[in-house]
Amino acid sequence: MRTGYHVNSNMPREEYLIPLKLTWTSPGALEPEAVLYPAPSIEKYAFADQPLSVFSGNFDLVAHFKVKGDAPAGPGVTTGKLRYQACSDRACYAPRTVDVTVLYQIQ
Amino acid sequence: MKSKAAVTAFRLSVVLGTAWLVGCFISGCSSQQRASLSGEILKPGPERKAAPDFKLKDADGKEVHLADYRGKVVLLDFWATWCGPCRIEIPWFTELERKNKDKGFAVLGVSMDDEGWKVVKPFLTELKINYRVLLGNDEAAHDYGGLDALPTTFLIDRDGKIAAVHVGLTSRKDFEDGVEQLLKAPSKGDSGRVSLPALITGAR
Repeated sequence: MRTGYHVNSNMPREEYLIPLKLTWTSPGALEPEAVLYPAPSIEKYAFADQPLSVFSGNFDLVAHFKVKGDAPAGPGVTTGKLRYQACSDRACYAPRTVDVTVLYQIQ
Repeated sequence: MKSKAAVTAFRLSVVLGTAWLVGCFISGCSSQQRASLSGEILKPGPERKAAPDFKLKDADGKEVHLADYRGKVVLLDFWATWCGPCRIEIPWFTELERKNKDKGFAVLGVSMDDEGWKVVKPFLTELKINYRVLLGNDEAAHDYGGLDALPTTFLIDRDGKIAAVHVGLTSRKDFEDGVEQLLKAPSKGDSGRVSLPALITGAR
């Protein structure tokens, strides 16, 4: 994220805020397991009474998968969606959903 | 032989996703934000452009055109329920509406929530909004410059021209002063009529 901007974490503190969420739509030969989100930052902004749970700067999401028992050897693709909603300390930007593609090789 | 270990974890780097997450729409907004920081409360009359008309529906399903408000000073606020800064400003607008609604002033809120009235109507009740709220659409957003950042608020003079644009959380005083100045200013459309009572008085 650029300096001065943040996205809501996967567990925002206010009900009205849209969480960051990674979902798998077409897992291919993989079985999606847990998605691990980083520890959020708790930040105070002028537009909220209470500190908010956000991600900012550089951060990683880690997704775990298992290979299906009948998965053929070879390359494959898993696709998903990342939904997020970004703000600065003065303005917010419309929620977006972007495609996520993971290429894998089953050996 | 298949190795489950080969695909146990995939790391999705959000470093690579800088463009994903805030990409062009952030950079697209920066020029608007600079404009809002110019310090001018109102544009001079000759620099004002006509506010695009729109046809949107209110919470009762009634079609509303901006042109219906010609002759009034209008505070047109584009907002959304998921927008924290919008929630700060809305009570200010409620107060402006209460104070000035009988002086030729109206607040129009335009919600940009994709989920529509299902999420907006409870919010109107929660925040006790006393002004008219409409449901926005892509066409209205486009006509008003894209509205990448919310809140985006326009002050429109009695002649239907945009006197100020505020992108992002703005000071309450800027809104109050802007509305006050616009209410004091005569409409150009009124210029011929303003002199009439004076002539009648003078003829007595």
